[in-house]
Amino acid sequence: MSGRDSAEPVAELEEVSRVYHLGENVVTALDRFSFRFEQGEYWAVMGSSGSGKSTLLNILGCIDRPSSGSYRVRGEESAAMDDDALSDLRSREIGFVFQSYNLIPQLDVLENIMVPLFYQDEPPADGPLRARHLAERVGLAERLDHRPPELSGGQQQRVAIARALINDPALILADEATGNLDSATAVEILDLFDELHAEGKTILLVTHEPAVGERAESVLRLTDGHIAEVVHGREVGA
Amino acid sequence: MMRGSFMRTVRLGVRSLLLHKLRSALTTLGVLFGVSSVIAMLAIGEGASEEAQEAIRRLGSQNVILRSVKPPEDQASEQTTRVLTYGLTYEDFERVEQTFPGVERAIPMRELPDEVRFGSRSLHPRIIATVPEYQAATGRVVHEGRFLEEIDDRDVANVCVLGYEVARHLLPFQSSIGESVRIGSDYFTVVGTLLPRVRFESDRADPGEGITGEVFIPLKTGRRWFGDTILRVRSGSRDMVEVQLHEIVAEVDLTENVPFVAAACRTMLEREHTQRDYEVIVPLELLLRAQETKRIFNIVLGSIAGISLLVGGIGIMNVMLATVTERTREIGIRRALGAKRRHIVTQFLVETVVLSVGGGLLGILLGLVIPAGVERWADMRTIVTPTAPLLAFGISAGVGVVFGLYPAWRAATMDPVEALRHE
Repeated sequence: MSGRDSAEPVAELEEVSRVYHLGENVVTALDRFSFRFEQGEYWAVMGSSGSGKSTLLNILGCIDRPSSGSYRVRGEESAAMDDDALSDLRSREIGFVFQSYNLIPQLDVLENIMVPLFYQDEPPADGPLRARHLAERVGLAERLDHRPPELSGGQQQRVAIARALINDPALILADEATGNLDSATAVEILDLFDELHAEGKTILLVTHEPAVGERAESVLRLTDGHIAEVVHGREVGA
Repeated sequence: MMRGSFMRTVRLGVRSLLLHKLRSALTTLGVLFGVSSVIAMLAIGEGASEEAQEAIRRLGSQNVILRSVKPPEDQASEQTTRVLTYGLTYEDFERVEQTFPGVERAIPMRELPDEVRFGSRSLHPRIIATVPEYQAATGRVVHEGRFLEEIDDRDVANVCVLGYEVARHLLPFQSSIGESVRIGSDYFTVVGTLLPRVRFESDRADPGEGITGEVFIPLKTGRRWFGDTILRVRSGSRDMVEVQLHEIVAEVDLTENVPFVAAACRTMLEREHTQRDYEVIVPLELLLRAQETKRIFNIVLGSIAGISLLVGGIGIMNVMLATVTERTREIGIRRALGAKRRHIVTQFLVETVVLSVGGGLLGILLGLVIPAGVERWADMRTIVTPTAPLLAFGISAGVGVVFGLYPAWRAATMDPVEALRHE
């Protein structure tokens, strides 16, 4: 679907460490972590709290920088980037889906989907059209002018997914994306991820729920900032 | 493209502000009152000063005016009948007119308290005995007939010129030229009438209660029929007042010479008069003083305006800081979605400027309404100069930028990870 060179890894971490200084204590959230995510993969990142999965997500999402090591998104090295370049990288290559949807309450559905475009240096002219298509794609064509508080949790999360897709990003990062939803709605959302995976998107789903992790193609399990287990190439459920 | 995205930022800013209508409205009040009070005070100050300066200018900025002043009562006042002699004399007039360099001409004037009658109608106007030059020096305009002329004085003729109000009152439905009116106990032929004295810019239909009208007669005629002594009967005592001239207006050739002539007049009067029965009015000095007063007024006003806008700005900053804290999560989301720091700065700065400019615009409206109201109900003149609203608008926008920068900067420098975690 995306015509990019698939030989290059979408995201590549090399010897990435992330160290926090909390007063006297030094906490190592990621410890010389190396991994690569290839185009079209669907990963569930699992682990107990404190295992470093949030830190990994933040670094993959370019909202945090490694203390040491190297992180490349489609070949672009993020560790050396300044804040503006990093923001630019996010707006082009990263699509976030959060647990609590994180839509902007004063904007309607269509505008929420288009938010990432606002921050591009040269917003595409077909932004509204693309947003409309994506809203249709996630089943919200009828609610374009609704505001987030008027939508159900599942609908809000669909808007968030559409928003994550608007830039055709390299990586879709979903952080406990079904955590706030009832099980039926959660299944709908996971079905949507399956569809996206089938279209060739690269998806990273952070979760602590085994049932959700089951749905992914591969599982990456973390403990104390290290890789504990890698389960590869499972067939997608459903 | 740039303009489009800026307009969108403004639109979104307005929408965010509308989420908290009451808070936003209250925040704008600070700037609103600041701006409106600046405009209103400037307008009232400008009006008052213009009025004062106009009154002074009407006296003639190249004139030096000498006036008779009744000296303070002394112990001799127990007498029932006495003659009180004071004031300017014909000698003073001659000295001013003939010996002072720089004086183009001097105009003597005398006021007589007497009744003017025509048929059954009577009035107590100011009866002014003077010379023909008085017209030019005071800018009175002839309506019908003519003003006093040299020949009247030479002939000591019984002629008079009626002011507009007097003519209208005494001879309401006819031309007064050629009619005889009685002034005191003598008859005077009307040779002319004047147009009403309009005020410089504000031409008012109603002359007001204070204006009793004027009647002009030749100086010499006045002296012949009324003498120099005026009898005034007051509650049981009869006052004889002897005043030769009430006023001498010295017209000076050049503005630069006014101070010298004024000084010379003061020195001369001090030497010649044993009592302080005169005053010297120099409109130019008054004008300069009025301008100085206005300058001080403007400084005071500027300080008050500055303080009120400062208070308004602090109010805005306070609210914006609260807003930034409240919307920490939104900031985190926007950063995660690719917003650069400058996008966040712009967003919050635009919101602050929208608040302050909104307050400023409403303030300008209110600031235009207040002077209109003051003019109407307090009967004071106000002038809204075009620069005042522009200045106020500029200041309010400036307040928004200055007081918005810090909250916007705080918002932009938040750590996205922390901001996203914020509840």
